[in-house]
Amino acid sequence: MTPGNVLIVLAGHFALLSLFAIGGANAAIPEMHRLAVDVMHWMNDRQFSDMFAMAQISPGPNVIIVTLIGYHVAGFAGALVTTAAMTVPTCTLAFLIARVWDRFKGARWRKAIQAGLVPLSLGLMAASAFVVARAADQSWVAVAITVVTAAVAYFTRVNPLWTFAIAALIGLAGLL
Amino acid sequence: MLPPAVSSPVKQPSLTELFVGFVGVSLSGFGGALPWARRMIVERKQWMTAEEFNEAFSLAQFLPGPNVVNFSVVFGTRFGGAAGAAVALAGLMGPPVLIVTAIAIFYSYYGDLAALGRILAGISAAAVGLLIATVAKMAWPLFRTGSIIAPVLAAIGFVAIALLHVPLPWVIVVLAPVSVAIAWMRP
Repeated sequence: MTPGNVLIVLAGHFALLSLFAIGGANAAIPEMHRLAVDVMHWMNDRQFSDMFAMAQISPGPNVIIVTLIGYHVAGFAGALVTTAAMTVPTCTLAFLIARVWDRFKGARWRKAIQAGLVPLSLGLMAASAFVVARAADQSWVAVAITVVTAAVAYFTRVNPLWTFAIAALIGLAGLL
Repeated sequence: MLPPAVSSPVKQPSLTELFVGFVGVSLSGFGGALPWARRMIVERKQWMTAEEFNEAFSLAQFLPGPNVVNFSVVFGTRFGGAAGAAVALAGLMGPPVLIVTAIAIFYSYYGDLAALGRILAGISAAAVGLLIATVAKMAWPLFRTGSIIAPVLAAIGFVAIALLHVPLPWVIVVLAPVSVAIAWMRP
């Protein structure tokens, strides 16, 4: 593929994907994985889960994983194009609807759409967790790290950065 | 417990304040920027009441795409029209994009380094755990209602995406109308 074509493919895929990412960027992780690993062969499973990890420990919105994918595929231009494709269409939609949204407060159709989308985004997020877990949890120690982090994040108010730091040390020590 | 929010917003942010405010959110946000956006807007700056924040955020969630990014546009539009939306978005996305690009460059050189690979493998495993906790927190209220319909819809979406690898647009195009229609009939 020529460099220009790669950018067009990135822009098209991620713009389309953003419009179906109900529940946010993390809900679209499986679709990104399907595209980047299974369909386009831009990277392998391990590289994808590396990028998921780097996006999680970077400050800012989780959507930033698309910047990493874009850079990996096509350098600076790829990072820029992919980030723009992922944000501009839905932001335009947000800008247009923001002006009229308050007018429909309490409308039955609005409540139905909001309530109807919740189970969907839950299913998508659960699929995300499954897809990344399959890539990341390659050993019993890794599975244990996942389970402990999930329990700490669910049951306590401990900053997850601590579990991330400990997990990084366990990884560095070669225990995974 | 947090102190109750004030009943009405008293302050109107300027474009500069909007930009700086969202830069702050983007740099403090870890594992998602939403809690930081709420803290800045409702608690620290008092640009919105808690109810107004929820209302504006419900729109950001309702729209497809990254929620916090949508929210920055909704919020910016409210206080500064198109220019407000642009500066809020630039503030939220600018610093993270620069930081992550630096990380991407680093990874492109050292991604094959065994030590880095091991560190990231550990962090990936923990990051999955955090995601699972988020899913569990979302699932709990849905399952507690006792209704079987929402869990079944969620399960169909999960199976289609995670196990059958159906492209996302197809899943949404089929499931979203069904799910919304059911919600419509059961107010």
